[in-house]
Amino acid sequence: MPLRTIIRPILHTSFELRWHGRGGQGAVTAAIIVAEAAIFDEKYAQAFPEFGAERRGAPVKAYTRVSEQQILTRSPIIAPDMVVVLDTSIDEKIYLDGLKVGGTILINSSKGKSELKEKIEREDVMIAKVDATHIAMDELGAAIVNTAMVGALIKVTPLAKLDSVSEAIRENFKPKIAEANVKAAGRAYNEVEVLN
Amino acid sequence: METIAKSIWKRLPLSSNYAVAYAARDSDVDEIAAYPITPQTTVVEKLSEFIANGELLAEMVHVESEHSAMSASIGASAAGARAFTATSSQGLELMHELLHIASGMRLPIVMSVAARALSAPLSIWGDYSDVMNTRDTSWITIIASSAQEVYDSIVQAYRIAESVMLPVMVAYDGFMMSHTYEPVFVSEKAGLFRDYIPRKGRVVLDTKKPVTMGAVANPDWYYETKYQQVKAMSDAYGLSVEADQTFSKLYGRGYGLVEEYNVDNSELVILTYGGIFGTVKQAVDEMREQGIPVGAARVRLFRPFPLNELRSLLLKSKAVAVLDRSFSNGLPVSGPLAVELKSMMNSYNINVPVYSYIVGLGQRTVTEADISKIASQALSSKVSNESIYWGVRE
Amino acid sequence: MPAGAVIMEPGNSAERFTGDWRTFKPVINQDKCTRCLRCWVFCPEPAISIVDRQYTSSSGRAWKNSVEINYDYCKGCGICVEECEPKAIDFIEEVK
Repeated sequence: MPLRTIIRPILHTSFELRWHGRGGQGAVTAAIIVAEAAIFDEKYAQAFPEFGAERRGAPVKAYTRVSEQQILTRSPIIAPDMVVVLDTSIDEKIYLDGLKVGGTILINSSKGKSELKEKIEREDVMIAKVDATHIAMDELGAAIVNTAMVGALIKVTPLAKLDSVSEAIRENFKPKIAEANVKAAGRAYNEVEVLN
Repeated sequence: METIAKSIWKRLPLSSNYAVAYAARDSDVDEIAAYPITPQTTVVEKLSEFIANGELLAEMVHVESEHSAMSASIGASAAGARAFTATSSQGLELMHELLHIASGMRLPIVMSVAARALSAPLSIWGDYSDVMNTRDTSWITIIASSAQEVYDSIVQAYRIAESVMLPVMVAYDGFMMSHTYEPVFVSEKAGLFRDYIPRKGRVVLDTKKPVTMGAVANPDWYYETKYQQVKAMSDAYGLSVEADQTFSKLYGRGYGLVEEYNVDNSELVILTYGGIFGTVKQAVDEMREQGIPVGAARVRLFRPFPLNELRSLLLKSKAVAVLDRSFSNGLPVSGPLAVELKSMMNSYNINVPVYSYIVGLGQRTVTEADISKIASQALSSKVSNESIYWGVRE
Repeated sequence: MPAGAVIMEPGNSAERFTGDWRTFKPVINQDKCTRCLRCWVFCPEPAISIVDRQYTSSSGRAWKNSVEINYDYCKGCGICVEECEPKAIDFIEEVK
């Protein structure tokens, strides 16, 4: 599997990630879990929600920066290195907006390769997909896909170790549901596929 | 520093709001009275959690407004408790008259403020209008620019407050910091700051040794009492330096009163406060790579105003662009920091061009590109004498 | 001078004589007074003293104590006059 490494030649430049979901799917928590896991791995990270009203069902954006050096900027991420899409019903124009040339998309989908490639229409980007809804229904009994998406993400782009992600999940959830979420992340880590 | 860090600190991913809560816990506060308001809410939620878990032995006073929150803090502090409260925006406005009472009664209360815009129109988003409205309340005011600095400043605030007997406010950006998670070193062991912020004896309300607090002062005494406050604020200057230097010596982190970044060999210094300084530093790095001679600085201690540090900064500066996230309507130069800088320069006969920019009101996005454009405009010297409302649609 | 205008000595209001504020002065008619102490309850200053002085009224009733006004502190507000049930307190203009 082609894993992207984080090589940033310019000082104080970080790997920038944008999350797309709907209110209730846990996009903000996912952004935080990745930052937490990276921080547990002695990296620098920043996670913040889109500064707008949050409503259940409404499209939600969240952001994560990860870096080997201290992160200075606090400006929103306009040109992400990667987008993570928790809900395929979100319009592709929204999640492709600003995605860097050669960037990466990780999408929650049960669709096949050709269907996704047709929809995304960007030859330069790497597309990875995982059926996170299926995993979440199996492991959690609900379509809360955030932890599965985090598991898939760190396989595609090694921003943090899986163990650190598990630790961050345990920090964010009550013990009862934490283990199911750790399992969902682990399954997605193994099941994510890179389409090109 | 990292080696010192490893032995006594735990590196946690925290928002600035959580950093505040951890700092209040580690400062061993006795009493917390606060009313929830966006974006401050999670500060008090976290503190409630600490109390419920038994990690913090403190009284949480549930109040029905910020007016009562500050009243309860005044009462608790007068009775000898180490009092803490937190607020934002309209909450800080509702406290306003009590802010004068807290400082007038010389109570060492510490308050965190997640800085937010003021209504109307209603905005829950960040800017510094609320904090800047408290400039005349005799509160010592620290404005932090990272979650780590928020944590460290709350602890420092108790040392300053309890030495000089004035309340201290620690402000930071609503949302841009209050809701952003980043790495913060917090104390690994209980009581780490016990000697740094020792419990000192002071005059308190005590039935065994009664005193009167908050009595009327007629014209024969009011003036002198207020002048004592002026002296105290002036003492707070040296004590703020001391608190920061001692903290740095003991714990390996210090900030100074004014932070400078690449000021040497610059044609322009961008001066600001709060979290936006990170974006400014990033922009300075990018401009320096392109050979544009720009530096940056930020005011960390807003009250008392850091005259010496700013004077030394100005002596090195060829021109200064001040970015304010607040404005005082009706003045030609309306950015609060720009106004105060100009007033100070006038007193000390310093003559450097100062350009005033209003940015980021109500969380209007400010990117590195904005900073670069502001810098090139300021470097061209074709800048109005009046404040520029950057990017506003007319 | 203590910081924050804290007053360190308790009970020092006794040092402030407020008796010169009056224009009208309450005077207790010891003969009518029933020693009920309503005036003592209502006086905001407080300037009503219960003194150890025996008094025998014109109807022959012997009282062990008397109620008197402390004119060093009485501000002349007239509340005692208003509250006195047997109308035993006169309110008379003070001529200085």
